[in-house]
Amino acid sequence: MHPGIIFFLVIFGSVLFHIFTPWYWTDVASNWGGMDDTITLTFWVGGGVFVAVCLFMVYCVFKFSYKEDRKAEYKPEDKKLEKILTWATTLGVIALLAPGLVIWNQFVTVPKNALQIDVMAWQWGWQYRLPGEDGKLGTTQITNINDNNPFGINLDDPYGKDDVLIQSDVINLENNQPVKILLRSVDVLHNWYVPQFRAKMDAVPGIVTYYWFEPNKTGKYEVLCAEYCGVGHYGMRGGVIVQDNQDYENWMQKQETFSDLVAKQEALEAEKTKLAKK
Amino acid sequence: MSEDFKDNKTIQAQSSETISGGGSGVSPDIDHVRPAEVEEQDLYHGHSFITKWIFCQDAKVIGVQYFLLATFTGIIGLILSWLMRLQLGFPGAASFMTAEHYYQFVTMHGMIMVVYFLTALFLGGFGNYLIPLMVGARDMVFPYLNMVSFWMFFIAVGVLLASFFVPGGPTGAGWTLYPPQTILEGTPGSGMGILLMCLSLILFVAGFTMGGLNYLITVLQARTRGMTLMRMPLTVWGIFTATVLAMLAFPALLVGALMMSLDKILGTSFFMPTILKAGEVLEYGGGSPILFQHLFWFFGHPEVYIVALPAFGIISDLISVHSRKNIFGYRMMVWAIVGIGGLSFFVWAHHMYVSGMNPWFGFFFATTTLIIAVPTAMKVYNWILTLWRGNIRMNTVMLWCLGFIVTFVNGGITGIFLGNVTVDVPLSDTYFVIAHFHMVMGIAPLMVIMGAVYHWFPLVAGRFLDEKLGKWHFWATFLGAYSIYFPMHYLGFIGVPRRYFEMYDSPYVASATGMNEFISLAAFLVGAAQFILIFNIIKTLKTGKPAGSNPWKACSLEWLTPTVPPEHGNWGDRLPVVHRWAYDYSVPGAKEDFITQTTPPSEVVNTGVEKT
Repeated sequence: MHPGIIFFLVIFGSVLFHIFTPWYWTDVASNWGGMDDTITLTFWVGGGVFVAVCLFMVYCVFKFSYKEDRKAEYKPEDKKLEKILTWATTLGVIALLAPGLVIWNQFVTVPKNALQIDVMAWQWGWQYRLPGEDGKLGTTQITNINDNNPFGINLDDPYGKDDVLIQSDVINLENNQPVKILLRSVDVLHNWYVPQFRAKMDAVPGIVTYYWFEPNKTGKYEVLCAEYCGVGHYGMRGGVIVQDNQDYENWMQKQETFSDLVAKQEALEAEKTKLAKK
Repeated sequence: MSEDFKDNKTIQAQSSETISGGGSGVSPDIDHVRPAEVEEQDLYHGHSFITKWIFCQDAKVIGVQYFLLATFTGIIGLILSWLMRLQLGFPGAASFMTAEHYYQFVTMHGMIMVVYFLTALFLGGFGNYLIPLMVGARDMVFPYLNMVSFWMFFIAVGVLLASFFVPGGPTGAGWTLYPPQTILEGTPGSGMGILLMCLSLILFVAGFTMGGLNYLITVLQARTRGMTLMRMPLTVWGIFTATVLAMLAFPALLVGALMMSLDKILGTSFFMPTILKAGEVLEYGGGSPILFQHLFWFFGHPEVYIVALPAFGIISDLISVHSRKNIFGYRMMVWAIVGIGGLSFFVWAHHMYVSGMNPWFGFFFATTTLIIAVPTAMKVYNWILTLWRGNIRMNTVMLWCLGFIVTFVNGGITGIFLGNVTVDVPLSDTYFVIAHFHMVMGIAPLMVIMGAVYHWFPLVAGRFLDEKLGKWHFWATFLGAYSIYFPMHYLGFIGVPRRYFEMYDSPYVASATGMNEFISLAAFLVGAAQFILIFNIIKTLKTGKPAGSNPWKACSLEWLTPTVPPEHGNWGDRLPVVHRWAYDYSVPGAKEDFITQTTPPSEVVNTGVEKT
């Protein structure tokens, strides 16, 4: 069999695989459908180039296989052809890059009404903090973290008192409400990633990183850590529940604020001292 | 032809303007080549077994030594990949496979393949063997340093492999070695393992610098008469430019490794911020983990081209020889190599779009990254345009070339996905990335290495490798590797993250179980197929068909040595004199379909040579 046939089948098979693949991306559940569109565009342009180049190669292999009595063409350069190809490629690249940069601009521009969420990561788990009625998160410091202050909130920061603490790896989000994920880590790199939301960003110890998205499909989603963080990396999962406004409010009512936690702990302390006195 | 060189030494000494030409009745001036500017180098000739084969100063032997040691470490990397695929395709099949071991294997596989296999093989192996022969030098300019370079590499490999036997085992931090986890409990091998890794890298860089200086200065200073830069084979251009990149990029890795070692040993905080671990605040503070990533990728991205540029050069030569046609657009190819090399220093942070660096960097690095696609695409066009109207020998070497074009274009296109910052966000840290870089930086360069082995083996050993075995080797490797990495992209689309020891029951990966099993089986097959080559080499050395001189009818100098295989000093009594570029194939009017680089114009007066 002529090797060209096998190469042709490889190219043809790749195209068929792409058309009939059962493995493809999950339905997008956030505003980042534009990322999917850019991927699709890149597929068409890039896939077209791949198929064209490979088919041209296969054609050459068939057409110009070695014959004793034939001589190859002698043509060291073709300035015009090279120029055309350079410009065509440049245009293709611009066509791919431009829409990508437009969407990136959206990605780095967080809407003003985005709800800020503090996502705190450690080896190996997650917990979350939402602003209270004042709409602002209190400042934090790693060195403040202890059993009574699991988020390390600065005690003298008035904004911190009403912060809603969610000491669970599952968090609820309101449908169609943009959120700004503020990532921090107390130990190593992590990454809070929900495939259906498309977006992701590393959590880096020492700084606060961020990204934003707007969930637009209610349901339960799995959170995966997407930056290698040691042996427990693969087990570092969490969850997101996207709910409609009413359900979300109900859930929110049940959550504990930092003041609640402090009060509870003070009561516990008082109980302890009482017992000790008796 | 030999009359031309009879008085070579005297001609070199004089600044005479004329050389007696070969063709009668032709003005001798057309054969004029500028006299040599420096005297010939004195070589050290080893006589004992040790000086000839162990601590040897002959670049060809050093090249083979590099090749063999890199291949040996590569086989270890291959075995590690088998173990990883065993776990991914059939979780729990091997009882010794804990998460710790898995991550250690992942890390060592990555580092071995990128640095100790590909880099060492392309630059140390092919660079040493081919540079002096292709530019018409007797040896590298600093043979002793060259010998030390190999033995530094030997020690570096020894230190790397020693880490398998220290308490805690080798580092399991991922080949990118991102701190802080690299040196903290919770990552396997965060004690001795990582220190040995850093030490090994430092030794490698030091050793490589010795070799690299040799490659650069040999190309710049030791070319034979008439070998202008724009007459050099693209192989030399590729290796030369890659070495320049290595000289500028490896120091970043070196300081990164050094600073990380200090963080570990002395408790400095270059990369370590305040950290809370197991309820206690560690004695670090103020360092930046992202700084390490910048250093690492300032090395890491040029590293991709340190592997790719020699591959580009070699494949250009192979395609040209076996299509019996000059490489199309030689000057464009040279400038593309140099341009890609230069640009490769301005794209590193495309590995860091979601690292937490300032997201505004994304605009800059996406643009530079996509600009690099233009010269790269030009190279691809020129390869396939070289096939166009060629006279293509469908031998094993050509099969590897075609396999390279398919895998490289495939991996290059997925690179455009990942370089375009928006598209990278959903795909980064997933299997799409694994598929991309294995296709473009694993399989494509491997195709080149294999093509080069089948092509130059007749020069190195004087015998042809068996074609039939070679074809089996090719098809098993190409079809197998393609069926590993092509479907793997789609795992990435689903969102399967990389560096997961196990997926448990995540709903969107349950559907991929079958694919994972298939990929693993293909990986076992591809790995096993490489032993066909080893068998082929052993068989050929015993009973292979003798190749004789210039068996492929190539134009370039390495095939024109007085003896095959070439001896120490390469050229016998007289250095060759070069009259043309390395690609005069199928010139109209010429008797044969190739004119060697040493053929003076007076011997081929009636041909339509356009470019010399």
